[in-house]
Order: sequence, then C-alpha cells, then structure tokens
Amino acid sequence: MIFNKTIECMERAALRDLQGERLRDAVRRAYESVPFYRKKLDAHGVKPSDIRGLDDIVKLPFTMKEDFRDNYPFGLFAVPLREIVRVHASSGTTGKPTVVGYTKEDIEIWSETVARTLGCGGGTPDDILQVAYGYGLFTGGLGLHYGGEKLGAMVVPMSGGNTKKQIMLMQDFGTTLFACTPSYSLQLAEEAAVEGVDLKGLKLRVGYFGAEPWTEAMRAKIEERLPVKAIDIYGLSEVIGPGVASECLEQDGLHVFEDHYYPEIIDPATGQTLGPGQKGELVFTCLTKRATPLLRYRTRDISSLDESACPCGRTSRRMARITGRTDDMLIIRGINVFPSQIETVLMKVEGIEPHYLIVVDKTGALDELEIKVEVSEQLFSDEVRKLEALRQRIFEEMRSVLGLNAKITLVEPKTIERSLGKAKRVIDKREVK
Amino acid sequence: MKVQQLSIFMENRAGRLAEIMQLLGDAGVNIRALSLADTSDFGILRLIVNDVDKALQVLRESGHTVSLTDVVAVEVPDHPGGLASVLNPLCQAGVNVEYMYAFVEKATDKAVVIFRFEDIEAALGVLAKAGISVLPAETVYTL
Repeated sequence: MIFNKTIECMERAALRDLQGERLRDAVRRAYESVPFYRKKLDAHGVKPSDIRGLDDIVKLPFTMKEDFRDNYPFGLFAVPLREIVRVHASSGTTGKPTVVGYTKEDIEIWSETVARTLGCGGGTPDDILQVAYGYGLFTGGLGLHYGGEKLGAMVVPMSGGNTKKQIMLMQDFGTTLFACTPSYSLQLAEEAAVEGVDLKGLKLRVGYFGAEPWTEAMRAKIEERLPVKAIDIYGLSEVIGPGVASECLEQDGLHVFEDHYYPEIIDPATGQTLGPGQKGELVFTCLTKRATPLLRYRTRDISSLDESACPCGRTSRRMARITGRTDDMLIIRGINVFPSQIETVLMKVEGIEPHYLIVVDKTGALDELEIKVEVSEQLFSDEVRKLEALRQRIFEEMRSVLGLNAKITLVEPKTIERSLGKAKRVIDKREVK
Repeated sequence: MKVQQLSIFMENRAGRLAEIMQLLGDAGVNIRALSLADTSDFGILRLIVNDVDKALQVLRESGHTVSLTDVVAVEVPDHPGGLASVLNPLCQAGVNVEYMYAFVEKATDKAVVIFRFEDIEAALGVLAKAGISVLPAETVYTL
C-alpha cells in the first residue's frame, strides 16, 4: 500500500522543486534560530540567500556527530523549549548522549514517514502491528508506534524482550506485522522452536527490521524461519528516527522519504558529492524538521543512491543496504557503541587506561559484547574477591553508560595483540560485511 | 615478622602454571610454599620463594602481573585442634583472615601456615599476646 501517493509517486521534477523550496526555508530557519549554524555558515562564508535551489546544497558545511556533543543537551534546538513535546537520545562518541527534540509538527512528519515505511512493506489499516523495538529514549519503539497509529493499524506496544509473551500475543492477537532488530527476529524464531510453536501457522506476514546492520544471508535465514517478507528499514535519531528510508516489496534498495530527509552521497575523504550508483558516505539534510534542524549531517554509514524507476511506482531515490561505516562505531543489539566510550569507562573505573579488546559475536541470534581487560599491576590484587569486585564495577558502569550487559573478562597483560604501538581494539565476529 | 609473598595473575589456560614454574626454575628460584585461587576465568597464584627479588624480576621481565603482599608465617602445633588454637584468639580479637594455606615442609614438629590478614599489624599483636610463634622472613625463605 502506498500511504501517500501524491508525494511518494510525485514527478521527480516537481519533487525537486519542492525540495529546493524546503531547503531554502530549512537553511534560513537554522541560520536564524541556532547560533551554532549561524557561526558555522558565517565561518564558511555562506549566507542563507546563497541557497537558491537544491544544487546550492553543496555550498553548505557538514554537520557532524561531535556537533551534538558540543551542543549538549539543547544547543541545537531552533525553537523555545515550550514548543518541544518530546526528546529522544542515542549514544554519543563519549559519555554524553546525542539529544534530539521534536515539536508537534515534527512528530506528525515522523509518524507520516513511518506510516509510509509500513506501507512500503505492505502494511494497511487492517493490520495488527507488534512493536518489539525498545520504548524509551531510543527512537525505535515510539517511532514505529506512532507510525502504526498514523497508518491506522492496531498497534501492540510490546517493546523489546519478553520473547515468550511476544510469541503468545502473536498467536492470540493474530499479529500480522512486527518490527524489531533483525537479530531479535531470529531469537524469537529460536524461542518458538523451543516452545514448540509453529510460526508458519501464525498470521505474521511482514517483518520490519532495522537499527543494526544485517545481510542478505540473514534475510534469507529470517524468511526461511518466519512466515514473513523481511523488509529492511533505515533511520537514525539525528535525522528523526526510523522512517527515513524503507524497502518496498521489491526488496531492492530503500526508498528515501526525500521530501523530508534529503540524501547525498559524498566521498568521506574529500567531502565531494558523488553521483548515482557511487558508493560513499550517506549525508542527510532535514528539509522540514522544526525542533532540531539538520544540515548535511554525515551519518558515517556507507551506501549509494539509485535514481532509476522502481516497479512499485514510488519515484523517490533508493539507497543501497548499508554496507559499512566510516568510523569505528559498533551497532550492538541496535545500540550505538563507540570504543571511546568503553575507554572512558575503564579510565573512570580505575583512573588509568588499561589495554582492552572489544569482541562482538553472536551466541544464538543475539549480539554479545565481551570486553577483555588486561590486568595491570595497578589493577591487580592478590584477593579473588577484589578482582571480582573490579569486574563487577566495570560491568555496572558499562551497563549504565552503554545500556548493554557486557561480559567482562580479565586477561593477562600483553595477551591483546598490538600492531605498531596501536592496539587492535575491536574484533567483530558477526557475519555482517 | 612479615613474609613477602608473590601474587601472580593467571588466566585459566592450559599450560599457564607450567610456564611460570619453568621460568622460575630456570632462574634458580626455589618455591617454599604455594597456593592457587581460581575462578572460572582467572586464577591467582601465590608463592613464597627463597629469592623474592629474583623471582619478581624474571616474572616482570616476562610480562606477568605480579604484586608483593605481606603475609605472616605462623607455627601451628601439629595435633588435633592445633590450628583452632591459633585461630581462636584472632577470632576473639576480630581479626579477619583473607586467606591461608599450609607450608609444604616442616621445620620442627610444628606445621607452618601462611596467613593473609586484613589488618596485619593487629594480627601480629594478637598472635604475640597469645604467645603464638611467628616465623621471621629469613627462616621462612630458607625452610
């Protein structure tokens, strides 16, 4: 189902006119209301009046993840706090989270683009959508929830975890659509097998999967174990949350809802814009968002854009499945984790910077995070309980900062491989390439 | 009256203990007493040796995490209730034992037990008052 035919199937020339007009407005709003953007554009020698159309976007400087940190918590807001009706946050590069705000209009736009996402996968008002993304500061749960209501589906706000109950409600309610991380869908399938539940007998037909990188191989596995078409959805909180782009039933690239979120692909090394089909870093400009305007935000995600027509009838460009990142950010169970955060925690716990190694692996379907910490003489104690207490302190602190339960393993010094003085910090054993 | 004990951090891996023993053996270090505390992931090897400095040097040079801990070597009467007679005054004085292990050899007709106390000074005071014999470090290293 195409949720908004007028926009989603708009002639490309008309769409470009709309985008150009919205871009002018977005730049003017950012410049006039956010000191950060005014300073940045001034330093770059660009005035809002220099942006006359879409082609002028390349004149604008980039916005980075660090800019959110530097303006924590509300420095990037363009409207007074009384107009903000919601905030969400994701992990930042250091201890402080990346905060984004939403006005009533923003929530409306977001809900609309998530409704389009659900429509892309074949969702209709007759459907029952079970949301198994976490509800909270993370945008996944509430984002899908509002989109589901906007579509007119019946929303079951299960949130993450509690797998047995997820399965029970799927059976009892006759859930037809569900949304979660791709790895959680496999965990659900495993749990169902243990419980002796035949998933093929359920009414499920579409799964909306995002918030962590996954592969075609994983899609095949999911579609084999669950009676669903597995739809890849994309989003990030800095832009809005889920609902930035979604695959349609063709499963051949993700339609970007570019009347709101304008995509570019750049060469991450030079910042030069790349043409259709060329692989590079995905950059987004929010054309309509009021609370936290966003100009040319560098996502660090690697993708490419396809301008060719899609058989589904939507005219928006399609972005390729994310194939990697330009930085060292890890996405574990849908949560952003930076090695620098782990370093900061270890520093905080013992006041020194120990050698450590981050190992990400899958046990069953779920991502597992293990942090190996070399025990230096400063950390060492001849008493077992003190070492166990150290391990527990690191565990608790990691849980509070990362929002993840990490396995903390104490290892002997020099057991973590070093190359040319720079230690290898991350081993990702998951199959995602 | 304090004896220096070497504490060494070890991962629970096959051959780890043998490697350390070989290292000390090659350096001519003789082990007087030892104990191994282990958890599922790691262990702590505690050693009393004849040459503390030498052992510390070779272990550090080979990249091990080592620390020195002050412990007390107590002579314990070798008959039923012998250890209890040492522990009772400590218990009454509220002195906590972190861990303890027995010496391999016997110098006299008494057994030697190594104690790691939470508060070593308080422990030494209690032992002296109770008339319990504590062996000097030099005696222990050369037992």
